[in-house]
Amino acid sequence: MPNPIDRDDVQRLVAAGAQLVEVLPAAEFEEEHLPNAINIPLKELDREATRQLKRGRPVIVYCHDYQ
Amino acid sequence: MSPRAAWRLESIGFTEVYDYVAGKADWGSAGLPLEGTRGSETRVGAYLRRDVPTCQLDERLSDVCIRVRAAGWDTCFVVNEAQIVLGRLGRTTLAREDDVSVEEAMSAGPSTVRPSVTLDQAVERMRRQNLNTLPVTTSEGRLLGLLERDAAERALRELNRNSARALSEGSQA
Repeated sequence: MPNPIDRDDVQRLVAAGAQLVEVLPAAEFEEEHLPNAINIPLKELDREATRQLKRGRPVIVYCHDYQ
Repeated sequence: MSPRAAWRLESIGFTEVYDYVAGKADWGSAGLPLEGTRGSETRVGAYLRRDVPTCQLDERLSDVCIRVRAAGWDTCFVVNEAQIVLGRLGRTTLAREDDVSVEEAMSAGPSTVRPSVTLDQAVERMRRQNLNTLPVTTSEGRLLGLLERDAAERALRELNRNSARALSEGSQA
């Protein structure tokens, strides 16, 4: 089950090597995103798209807010 | 959206998946850096005066007045030990000579904005509400600094000039 986390957790996990993934459409990602995040829009999130992620490291997903 | 993405990643086989549910709106509202084409120079967070004076609830107003005036300011924010804004001492209050506590003298719960608000929105609000300054805090209420209207209006004019120039150069290309 995915774990909901807050901003402090994000900073801690990223410092420990977690991968950040923004799941908004590419245009919104290009406009603004968290440092070092990669973009995999939700509509494109499949096995092929996730090959760029490292399996052994934690993954943090986010979008704009609680939507 | 992100909860569905997190579940989808688990279904693909990722075993350690976290969902930052508050997302980039929360990140920006804490004054943390964002990357991308929008540029931080369009946000209030880029124009703060971070040296704005602060004081504690239990200080004496007279002591704070001396300190604030000596630093060249005419306002002071009342914060707790976590820098959460509890009140404000304005120009009129700081001119008083009464021997009272800051808690008795302050105006409680001043309006604030987040550092991720765009500069044009902040300027529009200051004009509409006839404000000379806007305190800027994180979404938790931690003081980040003060946005001054003069500086904000100057910066906005500069941004608009640069934007118009870029548009003009683009149309000539």
